[in-house]
Amino acid sequence: MPTKNSSDKELLAESNIKNLSRRNFLGYIGGASALLVTAAACKKNDDPTNNNSGVDLGSGDPGILNYAYALEQIEAAFYTKVFESPYSGISASESALLGDIRDHEIAHREFFKAALKTSAIQALELDFSSINFSSRDSVLATAKAFEDLGVSAYNGAGKLIASPAYLLLAGQIVSVEARHAAYIRDLIAPGTFADGLDVNGLDMSRSPSEVFAIAGTYVKTKLNISNLPTS
Amino acid sequence: MKIENIINQIESVDPEIFERLDGRRSAMKNFAKFSGRMALASLPLAFGSMLNKAYGSPTDAITDVLNFALTLEYIESEFYKAGYAAGVAGTLAIPAGAPLNAIKTIRDHEAAHVNFLKTAITSLGGMPVVYTAASFDFTAKGNFTNVFTDYGLFLAVAQTFEDTGVRAYKGQAGNLMANNDVLTAALNIHSVEARHASHIRQMRKASGALVPAGVILKPWITLNQSGIGSPAVQASYDGEEVTTQATVPIINIGGFPISASAASEAFDEALTKEQVITIVTPFFA
Repeated sequence: MPTKNSSDKELLAESNIKNLSRRNFLGYIGGASALLVTAAACKKNDDPTNNNSGVDLGSGDPGILNYAYALEQIEAAFYTKVFESPYSGISASESALLGDIRDHEIAHREFFKAALKTSAIQALELDFSSINFSSRDSVLATAKAFEDLGVSAYNGAGKLIASPAYLLLAGQIVSVEARHAAYIRDLIAPGTFADGLDVNGLDMSRSPSEVFAIAGTYVKTKLNISNLPTS
Repeated sequence: MKIENIINQIESVDPEIFERLDGRRSAMKNFAKFSGRMALASLPLAFGSMLNKAYGSPTDAITDVLNFALTLEYIESEFYKAGYAAGVAGTLAIPAGAPLNAIKTIRDHEAAHVNFLKTAITSLGGMPVVYTAASFDFTAKGNFTNVFTDYGLFLAVAQTFEDTGVRAYKGQAGNLMANNDVLTAALNIHSVEARHASHIRQMRKASGALVPAGVILKPWITLNQSGIGSPAVQASYDGEEVTTQATVPIINIGGFPISASAASEAFDEALTKEQVITIVTPFFA
């Protein structure tokens, strides 16, 4: 399987045919092209966090790994706090499984830190002041938001990854996040493990800017995501 | 970047771009068909797949992967259809209320996945595989004779299908990298299978039908434990026990007390297509 870069090169290197009018081509693409131009035009400056100040996540695959590292930092810190100060009325089963989730998120965070070595971003300064850790409702609603966000972030990041090995790693983590998400959702309302899918039964995916628009509430450190891959 | 700019840029390197596109009329037709069904935001990516076709890139490889996924979705879809019908008929004791509703929900997701993959394969110019209920033997050649009369066994087989499905999609992601749309769609199915697995595992825990009795079954996979008393399912769990990822040992990583169980749970593992085929072959009639 060629990587994206090599297939692009092959694509551009290949040649040897005749001529065809541009009109002919545009005739084929027809109505779709108008939509495409609209979509592309809309895409251009849709990212309010896209500037050059703050902690630079970097570019290429290391940038995506830092992106994941940032998200895992949020999740790990959140569950660490949940476990340190359990909400009132927590059951033994909830305590055990939330402890598991904390361990998984710490493992993810520390894995990315180790894999990134000197490219790793700093430890983020987080702000959980909007969460009432003594309230089951508040904690579980936040956990649900984080887990669903994590699933959509990894799903959306897949196409941004150039290395098959890193894509596989992202896949190894996202399914665990989805297991968490389903469990937390069922704790809140039994049977809601996969609510929020589209009509095709597909889960959600989000771009880094969409993810940070949501996660930004909990992060004090200013992040620069402008160098992340966009396709 | 505007679509015209993309065309112009390619044209500057490859003056024959329009000829290529013209020479592959089916690619253009397929693009129009596919794009008609897609959200606006996805269109630029669909354009990318059209270019892939124009250049004769590995669309066949991609539709092969999608047909593999479709096959797995047919297995699950027909399994839950039969299970839900037996539950409604009362021949399979799925408790009314939340459990029966959950099986219906999952049945509907799997049917939606079948339809989605059929559409995607057709849009890419491929031929979707076709299966019916009669294609399958959910007793797996007599290993699970009472699968549609024994609720605990039904859930055990369901768990195995879901956990296997998660591993199967994971193993194919790398083969879809040439087409961002298809890759993203596959990832968006992959995480749904993991949600199903999590819920079915909770249903099994609630039903108490765990083997060996007292084994701790969680929404995630601990080591290579199935929590199912049949060696017939073990191939779906072997390999999940690893605790090193990309040469990084996860146990006690960074000085944090991460056990071997937690280290294995934190990362799901992939299966190859060949491994998955070996696992599901007994379920074909």
